[in-house]
Amino acid sequence: MFETLIFVLDSTARLSTPLLLAALAGLYSERSGIFDIGLEGKMLGAAFAAGTAAALSGSAWTGLGAGILVSVALALVHGFACITNRGNQIVSGVAINFLAMGLTALLGQAWFGQGGRTPSVTGDARFGDVTWPFAAELRDVPVIGGLYSELLSGHNILVYAAFLAVPFSWWVLYRTRFGLRLRAVGENPGAVDTAGISVTWLRYRAVICTGILCGFAGTYLSIGQSASFIANMTAGKGFIALAALIFAKWKPVPVMFACLLFGFLDAVAIRLQGQQVPGIGEVPVQAIQALPYILTVVLLAGFIGKAVPPRAGGTAYVKERS
Amino acid sequence: MSDQLAIELVGVDKRFGQVHANKDIHLKVRKGSIHGIVGENGAGKSTLMSILYGFYHADSGEIRVDGKPVSIPSSQAAIALGIGMVHQHFMLVENFTVLENVILGAEGGALLAGGVSRARAELKRLAADYDLKVDPDALIEDLPVGLQQRVEILKALFRSADILILDEPTGVLTPAEADHLFRILRVLRDEGKTVLLITHKLREIMAVTDEVSVMRRGEIVATRQTSKTSMGELAELMVGRRVLLEVEKGPPQPGRPVLTVENLTVRDTRGVDVVRNVSLEVRAGEIVGIAGVSGNGQSELLEAIAGIRAVTSGIVTVDGTRVDLARAGTDPAAMRGLGLAHVPEDRHRMGLVTRFPECENAILGYHRDPTYGRGPFLDFDRIRNAAKTEIEKYDIRPADCMLKTANFSGGNQQKIVLAREIERDPVILLVGQPTRGVDIGAIEFIHKRIVALRDAGKGVLLVSVELDEIRALADRVLVMFDGQVVGERAPETAESELGLLMAGASGQEAAE
Repeated sequence: MFETLIFVLDSTARLSTPLLLAALAGLYSERSGIFDIGLEGKMLGAAFAAGTAAALSGSAWTGLGAGILVSVALALVHGFACITNRGNQIVSGVAINFLAMGLTALLGQAWFGQGGRTPSVTGDARFGDVTWPFAAELRDVPVIGGLYSELLSGHNILVYAAFLAVPFSWWVLYRTRFGLRLRAVGENPGAVDTAGISVTWLRYRAVICTGILCGFAGTYLSIGQSASFIANMTAGKGFIALAALIFAKWKPVPVMFACLLFGFLDAVAIRLQGQQVPGIGEVPVQAIQALPYILTVVLLAGFIGKAVPPRAGGTAYVKERS
Repeated sequence: MSDQLAIELVGVDKRFGQVHANKDIHLKVRKGSIHGIVGENGAGKSTLMSILYGFYHADSGEIRVDGKPVSIPSSQAAIALGIGMVHQHFMLVENFTVLENVILGAEGGALLAGGVSRARAELKRLAADYDLKVDPDALIEDLPVGLQQRVEILKALFRSADILILDEPTGVLTPAEADHLFRILRVLRDEGKTVLLITHKLREIMAVTDEVSVMRRGEIVATRQTSKTSMGELAELMVGRRVLLEVEKGPPQPGRPVLTVENLTVRDTRGVDVVRNVSLEVRAGEIVGIAGVSGNGQSELLEAIAGIRAVTSGIVTVDGTRVDLARAGTDPAAMRGLGLAHVPEDRHRMGLVTRFPECENAILGYHRDPTYGRGPFLDFDRIRNAAKTEIEKYDIRPADCMLKTANFSGGNQQKIVLAREIERDPVILLVGQPTRGVDIGAIEFIHKRIVALRDAGKGVLLVSVELDEIRALADRVLVMFDGQVVGERAPETAESELGLLMAGASGQEAAE
């Protein structure tokens, strides 16, 4: 029983990581007043770039760099459309999702001819698992061994980065000048503008932060969790992350718990596949796989109380013309 | 007041496309004075101040601060020159604390910790020096507007502003809050700060300024020493013709009751009773005014009677027909059918669809009237003709019934709504804030129309937060506080007594 629990929690951590990175990414953009439903597309673009660069260079770090670069580039497209040209943020986000979905599949097929996949990578071209000191020695100690050696140790560095990004984001948001201004510009850009701060530059910096974190999320998918990019491998994770962000009311620490919840459901779903559930029998795979999505709908539909988005979210800032 | 100039504008000019917002402005503001800028809406006051604060750039002309020519390309530059601005719509982040709002943009370092403690000390000092007490850890959204405004002033002072621009600062304040603001402004002046006060309320100009400049259609038409001018002269300068500041009306001739409200209670979405057991009566041929500080249930009362807002209990009788509002539910069309017309408080949100052309707005709510079409089809020739008649009768400008309503000025938009409601010949007219954001010239016109309606033997229920307006128009004044009618007074009652009632004092306390 304990082993099963550790197993489920261990995969919860792995499955939550991309959600957490993407949700935190969205947090920066949305807190600045730029809604971003293009998280999915940025992740996908980053996953493809990381898979390609890692396969070509043999270095996972080069892969990460390429992933971040592509994701930031897509974020800047979103910024250019929504900040500079005051375009509709939802439309721009949708466009980026479609662009990434089509382009990654197309380029993948054109370059590697493996049905949209990138070549599988191994060794240094992947982010391997990091084994913590004494993990092997402690493995057989009851309880502690399971917790330390299985749950805490043995993840790749991006998993740790994702969970460290939570306190870091909290600190940025609530303890730095940048964070104060970021939160302010999402609530009342007029206040920021009249305080002599550039709304445009501030929002661009926010979407760049989003790009960087989405870069991490995408890279994790293709060369952390898997060994190659597969067409449309994000499979809606960007949207689940968005749901987690709303569920968590745009706050970093609750975002982590929301992502852990979604990750946990995913892990349970995997664990339950093919198992006999007492009283029900074998639960169809599809029903279990649908569980996280159903929960998303149920939670968003009314179990979270009122989620008040940043007040200036979704609208471009135009200086008032008196 | 010294002879040194804090601000001098020389030939400042600004156009927005076709609109010439500021024409060759010459303005001298003395150091250590309170200088008023007065003018109607759209006279260019706000544009001029925005130029001073670096929000817009002048097309030509020179700005001198403390005698030196400067350029102000951004708000940051204005702040650096010691210019601070209190905007008409507060530039505050509502879910931030006072302290966070004050330091925003002047944090003093990449990390907040140091700046916050310094700001806390500085706020304490400013609060003591200028009588500007605010709890630094309170959230803005929990503060009444008067205190929010204080935060705006503190923001400017925290950035060591020597020149403070206030744009229509009293629009949202109660009379007492406005008086407190004026006291603060005088203290600021005595400490050597220069204050530029932009307003369209002449009483304020007379009460607090040392000098006043009048703007009309983008130009400064006169600058006067306040002690050597009068409200009448300023009003004439603003409008360009003589205006009647007093409403001319004879004694009322009340007839039968046309509107009776019994035990009306309204509960809002938070579960709070915002209107509590209100009963009132309006007779034909009289204007009943409801005075009160904004947010004491007047708006909800008006909406409930108009059939727009659901009530917990209440019976309304319009011209002899009893309607149990709690049972009838919200049905504004039915109320309208009984002869009740409603000019809502917020014309943009409820009175007009500003993207529609004028003529469509002129029939809004009455579009099912067979005059305007047959069955589901509208007859636009008739609609346009009706609109043209109203435009002429109410002097709505520009006289173009196909123009998008958003392009009319506030006063003309209000006239469109008023024309629509009055021309249906109602037995009772509900009017909320009839002159909010309306020019002096149009105010005069609107007031005359309302009085004419009364004299034609109709009932009028008037809600306004402008006590002056209530006293000028109403034949009886009801004061609302905290959802209840706390007293009825004659319009001649002293302003101080009404003010106290509005602030929740008991009738006896107010009379003393």
